[in-house]
Amino acid sequence: MDDPLLLARAQFGLNIAFHILFPTLTIALAWMLLGFRIAYHRTGEAGWLQTYKLWTKIFALTFAMGVVTGIVMSFQFGTNWPGYMNRVGAIAGPLLGYEILTAFFLEATFLGVMLFGMNRVPPWAHIGATALVAGGTSLSAFWILALNSWMQTPAGHVLDGNQWIAGDWIAVIFNPSFPYRFAHMLIASGLTASFVVAGLSAWRLLGAPADAMARRTMRVGVLAAAVLAPVQAVVGDFHGLNTLEHQPAKIAAMEAIWHTEKGVPLVLFAIPNEATKTNDYAIEIPYGASLILRHDANAELRGLESFGADRPPVAPVFFAFRLMVGIGVLMIATSWFTAWATRREAVAPRWLLWTLAAFTFSGWAATVSGWIVTEIGRQPWLVQGVMRTSEAVGEISGAQLGVSLTGYVLTYAAMFIAYMVVLTHLAGEGAEAAKPLPHAYPAGAAAD
Amino acid sequence: MDLALVFMVLMGASVLAYVVLDGFDLGVGMLMPAASAQEQSVMVSSIGPFWDANETWLVLGVGILLVAFPLAHGVVLGALYLPVVAMLVGLMFRGVAFELRMKALGWHRELWNWLFWAGSFLASFSQGFMLGRYITGFDRGIGFLLFAMVVGAAVCGGYVLLGATWLVAKTEGDLQRKALAWSRWGLLWVALGVGLVSLATPMVSETVRAKWFDFPRTLALMALPAACLWAGFIVWRSTGRIARREAGRDWQPFAAAVAIFAISFIGLAYSLFPYVVIDKLTIWEAAAHPSSLKVMLAGVLAVLPFIVAYTAISYRVFRGKAKGGLYD
Repeated sequence: MDDPLLLARAQFGLNIAFHILFPTLTIALAWMLLGFRIAYHRTGEAGWLQTYKLWTKIFALTFAMGVVTGIVMSFQFGTNWPGYMNRVGAIAGPLLGYEILTAFFLEATFLGVMLFGMNRVPPWAHIGATALVAGGTSLSAFWILALNSWMQTPAGHVLDGNQWIAGDWIAVIFNPSFPYRFAHMLIASGLTASFVVAGLSAWRLLGAPADAMARRTMRVGVLAAAVLAPVQAVVGDFHGLNTLEHQPAKIAAMEAIWHTEKGVPLVLFAIPNEATKTNDYAIEIPYGASLILRHDANAELRGLESFGADRPPVAPVFFAFRLMVGIGVLMIATSWFTAWATRREAVAPRWLLWTLAAFTFSGWAATVSGWIVTEIGRQPWLVQGVMRTSEAVGEISGAQLGVSLTGYVLTYAAMFIAYMVVLTHLAGEGAEAAKPLPHAYPAGAAAD
Repeated sequence: MDLALVFMVLMGASVLAYVVLDGFDLGVGMLMPAASAQEQSVMVSSIGPFWDANETWLVLGVGILLVAFPLAHGVVLGALYLPVVAMLVGLMFRGVAFELRMKALGWHRELWNWLFWAGSFLASFSQGFMLGRYITGFDRGIGFLLFAMVVGAAVCGGYVLLGATWLVAKTEGDLQRKALAWSRWGLLWVALGVGLVSLATPMVSETVRAKWFDFPRTLALMALPAACLWAGFIVWRSTGRIARREAGRDWQPFAAAVAIFAISFIGLAYSLFPYVVIDKLTIWEAAAHPSSLKVMLAGVLAVLPFIVAYTAISYRVFRGKAKGGLYD
């Protein structure tokens, strides 16, 4: 464990994977909060206000987790990957800068008004603050995904001396994979928030079956998921075709295609073997991969071999992709079945509530798997075809990286445990209050 | 136009905004153990709506360093790697403790209160420590390490001053009386810290010495320590007046504390200019590609006025004395 490249990647990967959990939830949850807030404004029902306040607390906590882990990233860009900024800083820098300027200040400032300003500003201003927070989180996603997509499918850049600079900013931002990746990520956020809302509401219903608001929010989550999950499957398919066009080595790793062939089978399951360059214990559908990727059973697909050393490791990409797709399929099944089972105000059976509760964080698992596919799938490139990850690594010693990695792991573990404890506590707290007290907001929350 | 200079000013302004704005948040955090549970609730409420946006100025400062001076970003943050990690760990605990202490009960709440304090302290001390290392150009040796630790303690004292004077402005009754006493303690620390740093810096750095002891410019430069002393005097006098319930200008101590920070910052900027890494790298050597600076400047000019405007709105919405239970 004294390879600085490996340690730098492990540290950055850990941080970015931990960080992405929280924005994934907050991007879409902010829009849901706006919906709850408007519903309260239009109906005047105390239930919507309770719902808004409960989910605002969860949002605030999640947002704080996202902010503090995001700050770590702004430092690690320079400490772990100085070569990155030296070579492509003229493109990456302004995109990051615009994210800070247009999104970070907006969401952080209006979050204060949204959380604490309800009794200090008129309703339109409070709704407006909620909308600006939601807009800010989505804008933040726009800029950072523009940068990430540019690293996957660079466009609009020109070489000036030793540095890559932007020749055409529109081409840089709206690079070939950006529309697909942005749509895929926003829907992933929508699904994550839907399942968290549905799952925690189901968890509450297990303790307080009569809680009308929990039933309503569960239905909101389930219906949103039922619409988004199939859309995500279609968008994901387009995203995959886009990847085939621009990053064929990633597709070859995702599907574990070792050799360039015609009529390639779809590998459902296997253990990719890097030594023999074959798949062990493979279960395959003949012609499947050619059919899905080229819409032609006999079409040729490039194999990993043809990329020489410029290809990613197969196993993590292959397994993460299967995990993501598997969770996606289960999401469609769960959301559709629940939507059907709870039609016309029907009460969901307890086993179904347990199932939804178990799916609470399914969006996180799928999103992190998806990012593993796309980020490890890009290796050994940092910017596809432009610079390698190994060219960007800095001079931080393995020992320092080891110390800081340990520090981060311990900090993240403590934060994550606390986050989970509070989340389940908040969901349960609502349940206790929902039974006897229709008029007041939970007593436990008033302790401060 | 000299874009490197423009971005140096912008970066300096962001860092100063961060130091002042998050400085009072961190100072309030460090004062937590000195207050009762009821008072702690008011203290956290007084900074709750602001801390998140305040911390964003750090991201902007580091962002400008990264975007405008990429070479310096690598050198500075590489040399300060471990204190940066310590600061980030501190900021992480401080940030989530805000939310978690509100929602936890019993010993969990005590734990998060403690982590709120510890995180604030760790972040403050690390920032001062980094400043100490930065001023001396990251030279190694026990003397330089001691110097950095002294600066770390001085920054903690400075943040306590900011936090305490903020509480003077934002609270009333017993808590305000306590905050007045804390302000004076903070001021003593600051006087000690600023004095030590002002004396030690020319000793440890030849470049700084040359810039300050260059007659007759030195005479003009003496305006800075004089103004700093005056601001310190204002803190002392106004806290006394508020304690005796004369003239109700509760914002005066905070404004004077901010002035101390601004003046020290200008002095520091004068000492270091035009270096971004002292004696090693000037802002022009470290500057990014002009194309990237131009596009960033356009964004800053277009967006910064809005940021300042809505930040002002947010402080206006939450004006007046803070009460406990903001999170209900």
